[in-house]
Amino acid sequence: MQKQAIFQSKLLPYALVAPQLAIVLIFFYWPALQAVIQSFLLQDAFGLSTSFVWFDNYVELFRDPAYFESILRTFFFSFAIAVSSLSFALLLAVMADKPLRGSTLYRTLLIWPYAVAPPVVGVLWIFMLHPSLGVISRYLRAAGIDWNPLLDGDQAASLIILAAAWKQISYNFLFFLAGLQAIPKSVLEAAAIDGARPMRRFWTVTFPLLSPTIFFLLVVNIVYAFFDTFGIIDTMTRGGPGKSTETLVYKVYSDGLLGGNLGSSAAQSVVLMIMVIVLTGIQFRFVERKVTY
Amino acid sequence: MVEDEGIRRYVAHFILWIGIAIVAFPVYIAIVASTQDNALIANGQMSLLPGGHFFETYYQTIFVGTSGSTREPVGNMMLNSLVMALLIAVGKIAISIISAYAIVYFRFPFRMPIFWLIFITLMLPVEVRIYPTYKIVADLHMLDSYAGLALPLIASATATLLFRQFFMTVPDELLEASRIDGAGPLRFFWDTLLPLSRTNMAALFVILFILGWNQYLWPLLITTRDDMQTIQVGIRKMITTTDALTEWPIVMATAVLAMLPPVFVVVVMQKLFVRGLVETEK
Repeated sequence: MQKQAIFQSKLLPYALVAPQLAIVLIFFYWPALQAVIQSFLLQDAFGLSTSFVWFDNYVELFRDPAYFESILRTFFFSFAIAVSSLSFALLLAVMADKPLRGSTLYRTLLIWPYAVAPPVVGVLWIFMLHPSLGVISRYLRAAGIDWNPLLDGDQAASLIILAAAWKQISYNFLFFLAGLQAIPKSVLEAAAIDGARPMRRFWTVTFPLLSPTIFFLLVVNIVYAFFDTFGIIDTMTRGGPGKSTETLVYKVYSDGLLGGNLGSSAAQSVVLMIMVIVLTGIQFRFVERKVTY
Repeated sequence: MVEDEGIRRYVAHFILWIGIAIVAFPVYIAIVASTQDNALIANGQMSLLPGGHFFETYYQTIFVGTSGSTREPVGNMMLNSLVMALLIAVGKIAISIISAYAIVYFRFPFRMPIFWLIFITLMLPVEVRIYPTYKIVADLHMLDSYAGLALPLIASATATLLFRQFFMTVPDELLEASRIDGAGPLRFFWDTLLPLSRTNMAALFVILFILGWNQYLWPLLITTRDDMQTIQVGIRKMITTTDALTEWPIVMATAVLAMLPPVFVVVVMQKLFVRGLVETEK
């Protein structure tokens, strides 16, 4: 697609793209390139000499069981966050899609958590579920559960998933509601005339028609769980206890903080880069085509 | 439809209120905690009703800060966050709109490669280039500065795409008309295109402001001085000290203050927010 009516100028267009181009080259491509180059190099212990080692850093990385666990953990977190947040948001959106009094008020009261920053989400949830002073922990302990997410890895993981899913409800709700409102009422009425009860109508008509939205949100939620959970994890558990809440992004961050292996840290960044490229690719390839109909 | 009458409707109201309660509960607890006495909270005996320390706690939070390790008034952190969020939002919009203008309204060598260079940054979020970017910013002596906080995040493939899409829908007649009036490219941009883009810019601004205000990983890395901390980084540092020393009412007041501006924007500018969210995700 191209415009027919255009301006003629030799220098002006370059001047107009220059600021963005400069930012992109200096702060995006240059560091990304550095990461790729670093990932093929090995530095000696004193940082005096570097040598080209081909894929050694990658081989070492994938041989490290801790890294492998981190990959699995990240995928598990993504899956758990996406499924729990999507299903709850869908339930709410289906309810809010009905012609109810006060439906705009409901929408307002459900979408604002989108604006809460991940580290704040972390602070809010760790406070409620803090082992010694949390408001909810009291009831958990009264119910006989030995609740201590600061010591128990599984409990810490479930806490992260819970908090991350909570934040994402509003986003999913908003897009589900828009998707539901785009479904023509006539289709649902036709199904009703054919005698389909509400539950059946939902599963045979609404749900299939909603599949593009569901797929889109699935990808967005996975990307969210990969990257935006960093703030939640950092304020709640710092990747601990042990490494039970260390996702891939968190691992790049904390390995780098220790300042140890430059090559390994760079290789980790490159692996993440590839994952983002794949996810973005899926999003563009399939979301545009609207899945089924 | 028939079944939507009566009992089903009550069920819907009921489920929605439960949803709202779940969504609001953590924030309610934060507000309540920020008005109570620290000793009570630390003993695990926090009440679920507001206490009497509202003014005292918020005054201390905004103007003094915690008495512990990071003695930085939260008011100052909020100012830093505000400057960063505004720089990011305005900067992204400004550089994106002019590059989209160049790409749509001019033919020049390397036009498409430049477009792709901008587009592909979608796949390079800050998380995948953390330390190399840090090093560049350090080499440019931009650690602990507003420029360092904002500049590396300011490129925007999404905004550029959005403006490009919008410009494509602007009728060609407008350009021809203003050309007949003797307007050059800059004049056309300023007098015709910019006013037409106002709603798009506003919707984008709402989203980008929230995005900027909520930045965490990047400010965490490049701010070392306490007086350059943003509120998101500051709140994390407040709970690093051993549990017994954490001043929970102040932490919770800070959480409330950190939520206030972006939530306010979402609620008050809901139409623009929804529009911006849907358009940036397309």
